[in-house]
Amino acid sequence: MDLALWLITLLNGLSIGLLLFMLASGLTLIYSLMGVLNFAHAGFYMLGAYAAYAISGAIGFGAALVLAPLLIAATGALFERQVLRRIHHHGPMAQLLATFGLSYVIAEVVALAFGRSAVPYAAPAWLSGPLFTLAQPADGGLLLLWGAAGGLCAQAKAGVCLQFPALRAFGMGVSLVILAALALWMARSRAGLVIRAALTHPRTVQTLGHDVPRIFTATFAAGCALAALAGVIGGALRVTEPAMAQPVTAIVFAVIVIGGVGSIAGAFAASIALGLLEAAAVASAYMIGDLKLSQLAAALPFVLLVLMLVLRPHGLFGEREA
Amino acid sequence: MKRSAAWLAYALVLLAAPLLLQDARAVTLASQTGIAIIACLAFNLLFGHGGMVSFGHAMYAGIGAYAAMHLLRLLPAGASAAAVALLPLAGGAAALVAGLLVGYVNTRRSGITFAMITLGLAELAVLAAAMFPAFFGGEAGLSGDRVSRPAVAGVSFGPGTQVLGLIAAYTLVCTALLALLMRTPLGRLLHAVRDNAQRVAFIGYRPQRIRHIAFAISAFFMGISGSLAALLTEIVTPEVFSLARSGALLMFVFIGGAAWFGGPIAGAVLMVLCMNALSALTPAWLLYLGMAFIGMVIAAPRGLVGLAASLGADMAAIARHRRIAGVLPWVLAFGGSATLAVLAASAAIEMLYRLRQLAVLGAQLPFLGIKLDVQAASHWIIVLMAAAAALAITHRLWPGLRRQWLMGARLPA
Repeated sequence: MDLALWLITLLNGLSIGLLLFMLASGLTLIYSLMGVLNFAHAGFYMLGAYAAYAISGAIGFGAALVLAPLLIAATGALFERQVLRRIHHHGPMAQLLATFGLSYVIAEVVALAFGRSAVPYAAPAWLSGPLFTLAQPADGGLLLLWGAAGGLCAQAKAGVCLQFPALRAFGMGVSLVILAALALWMARSRAGLVIRAALTHPRTVQTLGHDVPRIFTATFAAGCALAALAGVIGGALRVTEPAMAQPVTAIVFAVIVIGGVGSIAGAFAASIALGLLEAAAVASAYMIGDLKLSQLAAALPFVLLVLMLVLRPHGLFGEREA
Repeated sequence: MKRSAAWLAYALVLLAAPLLLQDARAVTLASQTGIAIIACLAFNLLFGHGGMVSFGHAMYAGIGAYAAMHLLRLLPAGASAAAVALLPLAGGAAALVAGLLVGYVNTRRSGITFAMITLGLAELAVLAAAMFPAFFGGEAGLSGDRVSRPAVAGVSFGPGTQVLGLIAAYTLVCTALLALLMRTPLGRLLHAVRDNAQRVAFIGYRPQRIRHIAFAISAFFMGISGSLAALLTEIVTPEVFSLARSGALLMFVFIGGAAWFGGPIAGAVLMVLCMNALSALTPAWLLYLGMAFIGMVIAAPRGLVGLAASLGADMAAIARHRRIAGVLPWVLAFGGSATLAVLAASAAIEMLYRLRQLAVLGAQLPFLGIKLDVQAASHWIIVLMAAAAALAITHRLWPGLRRQWLMGARLPA
């Protein structure tokens, strides 16, 4: 394979993986802190995409990037206070079922507000088109050209010309900045310290005078905001439709089980691995029987999930079950 | 005594249905109900009795349905109708094998992780069905012919009532088998694993193996239910693997009442009613279902059967304590305002849905005999104000009702 294709595939994989990690990290944080598996997490991802569609139509994409996650965070906080807090004493299964019901409600509300077919949500002009082009002329060498590089690639002697979309690059940048800021905030700030303490010793933290239920609400809202931010970018990269949430739920669950339930590091490794795997599968021309590997790409996360469960049931970084 | 009376009534209903029902639509509904009962009971073996939440259990009904359909197509023309009647067992066996294989992977984890894995595996089944159209028949699915074989004792499975008879027989036998299973040591151990797996491990059983066996048995009965559905409709499409079906199974079993053996039966009846009647009545039925489900999780986690049981016991106590006169006005006032709140809120939701389909269906929305105009501001104001007022009154009445109710039921004055 050509070097240019390798590099582009690597970047594509990283961008998919980072988006996945934005979803998986919020889900893992909520799960580790509250013991709640939020089945509707991908529903908040979808709400983020639709909110961004509505806001970017009215104000602009930049506003949507900020407002949509805030709006969805408020929605998530409301649900946590009104529903999850009431059934906290029923245990994690009841909360899982409540979020499962919520995923139906979200899908129907979205269909009610925006219709059942896809909406034309796309990146603004300054983010559409390629950021750069990797050209590998037939006579060897590798050129990196900003923009579409139409002049060179139109020539016959140009060998391979591969473009990297600006929106993908932007998505990578946003997720890296947000995730780094969050990690730093969790590690260094006082509030982060309290959250980390509440992860392992919620009762002690409560006894010391911190409002643990409020920490729960804030964390749930933050997880929803991360999911919505992933939706703002993912919705523009892919199709924004009411059916977009459900496959994402399954993939994010696979990420979390592969990485080891409750482990942020595991979720990161699994997200990046699945992103790279999907990008490589889509790019490859390898055949299995009479099926192209790229046709199987969607199934790969789940095949990996099965393999992981057979070989290492507690996941990459998970703890063994008692 | 009470239990055997319930069994007798259940058996009589199942036996009478094929003999008495004539109307083709009623026969179809009854057949669907029987199939749904087997599926819901099989699901509840896992969910209620084993404490395992599965988001992808319809997949085993799908595997059974495809196995039965392939066998039906392969049956030589000379094979009799008796062979057709045995196909559900073959479908169940196929699902059992799948359950043993998948269960080996899936039951390696329990609790929340188990639930996450079921979703991934169900998604894998959906994708596989799309990838191998040669086996799954593509979008159009596979169809077969259950009728054109030599009849046995007048039974050819041509008329719907004969298929209903087959389904009723399978439903009765499966219900009895599952009920008996809960009385075996395996059934008891499954309850024990659900309640405290560590203790079960301590007394020398492997919780994972018990979960695995229960998983496979549940898959077997799912397969029977899927095969019966394949025989009923004579077509199987990849839609049988859809996550919506698995989700409906989970929701209706919970709404019926997972802690009672009869709960899933109530859930199955409700499922068939909702999917046929409610879906024809309103496009918003999944929204109502989702909201009702969340409401049940919060307020009645023991399901409708559990709710009926505790309300019935309370009402008997209220009657015994001679407090009916004190409670009844509160019940009537609360019930009236709550009904009004639900109706007005659903009217508003229906109006919203109609706004989306304005171009196709027009602005006139018939709602319980009233004609609502979704383009008239006055109609919106009336509906929204009625909903808000009824909701506020309901909210105000609740503490009083609760006090009177508890005083009547628990504290004889």
